[in-house]
Amino acid sequence: MLEPVAASRLQFAVTTIVHIIFPVMSMGLAPFLIYFTWKDIRTGKPIYEQLRRFWTKIFAISFVVGTVTGIVLEFEFGTNFAVFSTAAGDLFGGPLALEGMMAFMLEATFLGIFVFGRQRVGNVLYMISAVAVGIGTWLSAVWILVANSWMQTPRGYELVSENGQQVVMLVDPLAAYLNPRFIWMYVHMQNAAVESVALVLAGLGAYFVFRHHIWGYPIENVEFWETTLKFGLIALIITAPLQVLHGDLYARHVFETQPQKFAAMEAIWETESYVPEYIIAFPTSMEDLLDPRAKDIFGIGIPGGASWLASGGDPQATIRGLEEFEGPQPPVALVFWSFRAMVGLGFWFILLAVWGGYRWVRGQLLEDDLLHLALMASTPLGIFAVHLGWVVTEVGRQPWIIQDIMKTSAGVSSDLTGTEATVTLAGFTVVYLALLVLYLYVVARIVRSGPPAPADLTVTERPETPTDEVGADD
Amino acid sequence: MTDGGWLANGPLFDLPLADIWFGLVFFIFAMFLFLDGFDFGVGLLFATREDSHEREQLLAAIGPFWDGNEVWLVVFGGALFAAFPAVYGNLFSRHYLLMFAILGALIIRGLAPEMYEQRHDENWQRWWGRAFIVGSVTAPFFLGMFTANWLVGATTIITLPSLVVGLTVVALTVVDGVAFLRLKTRGELRADLQTDGHRALGAYLVLVVLTLAYIAVAVPDLRSALVSPLVVALIVLTLILAGVYAVATSRDRYYVAFVAAAGLVFSLVSIVAGLMYPTIDPAVGLTVDAAIVSTVPLNLMSIGAGLLLPLIFIYFGVLYSAFSGPIDVEESY
Repeated sequence: MLEPVAASRLQFAVTTIVHIIFPVMSMGLAPFLIYFTWKDIRTGKPIYEQLRRFWTKIFAISFVVGTVTGIVLEFEFGTNFAVFSTAAGDLFGGPLALEGMMAFMLEATFLGIFVFGRQRVGNVLYMISAVAVGIGTWLSAVWILVANSWMQTPRGYELVSENGQQVVMLVDPLAAYLNPRFIWMYVHMQNAAVESVALVLAGLGAYFVFRHHIWGYPIENVEFWETTLKFGLIALIITAPLQVLHGDLYARHVFETQPQKFAAMEAIWETESYVPEYIIAFPTSMEDLLDPRAKDIFGIGIPGGASWLASGGDPQATIRGLEEFEGPQPPVALVFWSFRAMVGLGFWFILLAVWGGYRWVRGQLLEDDLLHLALMASTPLGIFAVHLGWVVTEVGRQPWIIQDIMKTSAGVSSDLTGTEATVTLAGFTVVYLALLVLYLYVVARIVRSGPPAPADLTVTERPETPTDEVGADD
Repeated sequence: MTDGGWLANGPLFDLPLADIWFGLVFFIFAMFLFLDGFDFGVGLLFATREDSHEREQLLAAIGPFWDGNEVWLVVFGGALFAAFPAVYGNLFSRHYLLMFAILGALIIRGLAPEMYEQRHDENWQRWWGRAFIVGSVTAPFFLGMFTANWLVGATTIITLPSLVVGLTVVALTVVDGVAFLRLKTRGELRADLQTDGHRALGAYLVLVVLTLAYIAVAVPDLRSALVSPLVVALIVLTLILAGVYAVATSRDRYYVAFVAAAGLVFSLVSIVAGLMYPTIDPAVGLTVDAAIVSTVPLNLMSIGAGLLLPLIFIYFGVLYSAFSGPIDVEESY
């Protein structure tokens, strides 16, 4: 049996890592769906109706799995982190309640119309529903990140003692909720969601284009997949450079506000200046495996690079090492490598965008088999990069559940037993993995059966009044 | 100290905000139990229909709604967290395994109809149909158990009241589900449901009486609240609404029966709230006034809820009117 603290942390990690996939899909798909719906209504071209209907199916299944996996997360604060919930309820409860009332309600109600109501409502209400669903998904992220950014860089609070327990009291809502960190997190996260979905579109499009144009298989709806590829590529060209750009500014904000996390990201133990940015680093002895920059290392670094990044241009800048902070330290290797892998992927996506854009301009987009293979291989990598980013964010801030105020180990429910926590951890790990497999299976089926053929659209889309063979209505 | 300005000057308009939020939390819970309740009821009724076309009809009836309905549970959790953080933490961690049982049931219930529609082979639909039934029955059962344990302050999961209240809530969801399906289906299916409605109502009334009798006999702390005017009035109201439901169902007055079902759900939740007040976590004797969050977030949340709840009713109005009347299997995308 695991300790309650370890089991609760693991359980939260497993459930969040699986859950985040689905909101990334719905947040990223939202702008595409709004555009497809708009074009479908305005132009009436079959291709836009195909795009709308096909991606709505994916959106709907993502939303359902996102809902069932997300409800668990909301209640986990109460079940597993009761001490944290009680102590931080002043600041943390409000954003979660507002997420439900302001965002999730909007999204879930209008999704009913968006998914099931094309034949029941007029164009205007249908378009409104598409926009409402999109706004709902993006507002959800606002409140979740308001809550999360407050845990990273808490402000606008006062510590008071209540029934012998230290609790935080909200005194300045604007300072607490309009946290500068929130802006960086939100921009970085939402852009990442669109970029991830752009990669999914481009990757799936490339797969069918490759099969058809390179291998010569007959594919129904080739035009649909070509258009999908192009939309993915356009979105990638827009989002990929931005992601690295504000990622850099975000990292600088981490350096200023969470120096311990920044030191873990760079695996810097002793305070130094002119710190190199190691692209890769390995210890020469296995004992130091968990310390990527142990004294005897093999590494390739850019001289002054880390200092330059942290300070925004000064290679001589001093970076405080982990030894300056009282222990325990975050698991350095995990943070160090996750950060490097995320940044590496970010640059890879820029390369893909440039490569694809260049081929497109030259009129060779459909012929470059290597590009298609690269895009196919990168289909899930945007979402994977999101995972890596959240590992840096959440593991990197350990041991704190609220930075410098409450340790994670102190926030776990006091009456929770190791047995209970381990039982649910085991159960929900199995359930969440099964959910992920099912989700992938369903998405694969939707992709394989492809969009509705253009010829079918007018037949199935707007039938006459619903048939009623059984009898009269009341 | 930086200050929250006028928000820190005491409760907004000197309103009894702690009591209002106590009522609001239970109101939101009742909205969830009423709306998602009929989804659960549909799940149990699904077990009674063999014909695959009829089964499809049942799923089509809840298709556009269940997701929005379930969000009321999310809002319940959020509202409880925001208004009574100590209750949110203590209550859910105390009923740790039961909470995860509820969440697990909700996962199965939510996923199953979606999966059921993905493939049309028999085996696949048989298993997802079963999953849908199991999730739809266990979710309200566990919710009932949770509510009973919350009310009587039990610390173990399986207690006599928790089992009885669990069954009570299951019966209520079937009453609710019948009323909803009678609005959303046609023909033979709709006619058949009449009997189901009467049976479920009978079971519900018996179980409510058992629950109240148990409380009268075995829970001395709640005995005085049980004979308070409010609770007595709610019990009488339950009986009246049951009569209305029975008559309306017999006479095919679908909307009247649906409103009566809603009334039954709200009465039951109000009885629970009426018995519990002024405590909100009876197991530790925590009162509403002691558990309420501090002034600044309380005022903020009150403004937020005051602005957003009317909007939410508009969303639901739009959704339910877009799908008014019977829903056909073929409708989607």
